[in-house]
Amino acid sequence: MPVISYREAIRHALAEELERDANVVVLGEEVAQFNGAYKVTEGLLAKFGPNRIVDTPISEAGFIGMGVGASMLGIRPVMELMFWSFYSVAFDQILNNAANVRYMSGGLINCPIVIRGPANGGTNVGATHSHTPENVLANHPGVKVVVPSTPSDAKGLLKSAIRDNDPVFFLENTILYGDKGEVPEGEHVIPLGVADVKRAGTDLTIVTYGRSVLHSLAAADLLQKEHDVSAEVVDLRTIRPLDIDTVLASVAKTHRVLIVEEQKPFASVGSQLAYMIQREAFDELDAPIHRLTTVDAPAIYSPPIEAEQLPNPQRVLKAALELMA
Amino acid sequence: MSKKPSATAEKKDAESAASVSPAANVGINQKLTKDDRIDLFRMMMRIRRFEERSLRAYQAKKIGGFLHLYIGQEAVAVGSCSLMGKNDHVFTAYRDHGHAIAVGMGVNELMAELYGKATGCSKGKGGSMHYFAPDRNFWGGHGIVGGQIPLGTGLAYALKYKNIKGAAMAFMGDGAVNQGAVHEAYNLASLWQLPVVFVIENNGYSMGTSQERSSAGELAKRAEGYNMAWGTCDGHDLYDVRAVMDKFLRAAREESKPSVVEVRTYRYRGHSVADPDNTYRAKAEIEEYRRTKDPIQVFQHQLVAEGVLDEALIEKIDQAARAEAEAAAEFAEASPYPTVDDIQKDVYWEADNPSERKSKGRLFFD
Ligand SMILES: Cc1ncc(C[n+]2csc(CCOP(=O)(O)OP(=O)(O)O)c2C)c(N)n1
Ligand SMILES: [Mg+2]
Repeated sequence: MPVISYREAIRHALAEELERDANVVVLGEEVAQFNGAYKVTEGLLAKFGPNRIVDTPISEAGFIGMGVGASMLGIRPVMELMFWSFYSVAFDQILNNAANVRYMSGGLINCPIVIRGPANGGTNVGATHSHTPENVLANHPGVKVVVPSTPSDAKGLLKSAIRDNDPVFFLENTILYGDKGEVPEGEHVIPLGVADVKRAGTDLTIVTYGRSVLHSLAAADLLQKEHDVSAEVVDLRTIRPLDIDTVLASVAKTHRVLIVEEQKPFASVGSQLAYMIQREAFDELDAPIHRLTTVDAPAIYSPPIEAEQLPNPQRVLKAALELMA
Repeated sequence: MSKKPSATAEKKDAESAASVSPAANVGINQKLTKDDRIDLFRMMMRIRRFEERSLRAYQAKKIGGFLHLYIGQEAVAVGSCSLMGKNDHVFTAYRDHGHAIAVGMGVNELMAELYGKATGCSKGKGGSMHYFAPDRNFWGGHGIVGGQIPLGTGLAYALKYKNIKGAAMAFMGDGAVNQGAVHEAYNLASLWQLPVVFVIENNGYSMGTSQERSSAGELAKRAEGYNMAWGTCDGHDLYDVRAVMDKFLRAAREESKPSVVEVRTYRYRGHSVADPDNTYRAKAEIEEYRRTKDPIQVFQHQLVAEGVLDEALIEKIDQAARAEAEAAAEFAEASPYPTVDDIQKDVYWEADNPSERKSKGRLFFD
């Protein structure tokens, strides 16, 4: 199987879906001539031309709203937000229009749009550029939210997202773009709403997603080597729909849960998970559910301190050991 | 902006650089003393050397995140901010080092901020894009394109509400003019006659997109749709920036009239240091600007022609600016980082002033 980067995996998914369906178009700032701010869309303009790979002005409310409107007539726009942090400029279009139009029309209108781009901290770009809005987005029934952690997942999930008839918000990570992994060529489609056990274990379950999966895997290695603790790592992959069954199956095996997420704690994805786990598997739990999040403050700029604000392997390890104590 | 100047225009530019700026005779410039002129020149030089030094620090991995350099645009911030009275205020975007120095912030705290140190102007919390100095009427440093424009409008609203004769300058790029918030702010400013000057620093590009590829029509002329006065000026000529900005600032301060000013300028470096700058403009275009329109060179020629500057003084100012930037880097290097405990400071006023706290309940979560 070819080994390619997360960035290339997304690009392959885009190219294949552009090839497959003439209604797929890619729009966003700098996606065409500049080849993408993070080079995800590199080469797509040359291959598919300016009708399908379209540079927009810096008008997120305008162009995201346009994408929503175009999707009503069966276009499948894949919109790039240079950073998900800029979604707030287009909040109304994303969460009033895209999320609600199907419902308010009594199911008459579909909105098969994909909005994708990076949503992460860790690159020292400060509070305005480091938002992780998966919880905010997933709070809106009608939308789907995907946060892939590996190149293979990125490709397979993006292909599903583009074929989906509902609005799908696809949250990537600038730090993962260069990460490499095996990715199947061609038709590699991962259904939305299927979690993936990235590491099997018996003593505790770490439920996580996105880049925190990598931190959790690193911590799980340390737990095994240095503390003889066997951690299972469950990668949610999709936040909504949420594969709670895979999580509960793991909890039934390990009886201890640590949630790790690059989110601020208040009303985070982990809050919802913790509620569901205690509600549906209370008797399985040998300890309260623990959670490791981003330290509760806007993103600090200072590079070495930002690394401590976010989840990292040492912080995950510490939280896991507290849970095991 | 992306059109290459013709050979004859080039020659003319080079000549005009050496000759006297037409704006030199405008009152606001005429009344500058010799020392004032030298100070303006020095200020541009200090910005240039500070940023060149910060670039080296970035390349040495001392600085994280983005670094958007203002090199080539110095006359805009220096010219505009040199007109500030005590009730005039500034808002700008993420390309903010020039404005910060022009309003009088110290380079040590600015460099330390880039290094993410506790001695930085924002204690290492904001970084390059988020400089602030309210004590100097400098309200940032904003990372979201166009997001600062309603803020400048709001500050103008507050001035008017408090009957203070002052003006807000809200700077933005040529790409920012296409944000909805900018248009909403234009309408509010005009509808309520707020003392704000919207300044478009048109450097020809928003990241890799030329002005022609992102904006319909003339940028400043959009003011007409909102019944606002507008003007343009040559951002390579500090005297012209001062002459035009003075006119609109006066209208704001004295008659509470808002306006839009488009300043034609150019950035020499990539959008940020990370931009390889090889897809959207020709190297020759950049060289052309550097050679014929560099704002520091243009003003230097001007002041030499006026007999204000000579080689020795230029050299002295340059050396001092370099030494200052070097010392700022040393200061930043030697300064401590914030601590992990500092992450949760400066979030809530009440948390930082616990003895005066009125609300109950938990403020922070884990
Ligand atoms: C709302 C929003 N969209 C996109 C960006 C990313 N971005 C930062 S600067 C920039 C280009 C802005 O160009 P311009 O307004 O001309 O200012 P300049 O950089 O030339 O000073 C873009 C697209 C952002 N910071 N905020
Ligand atoms: Mg610009």
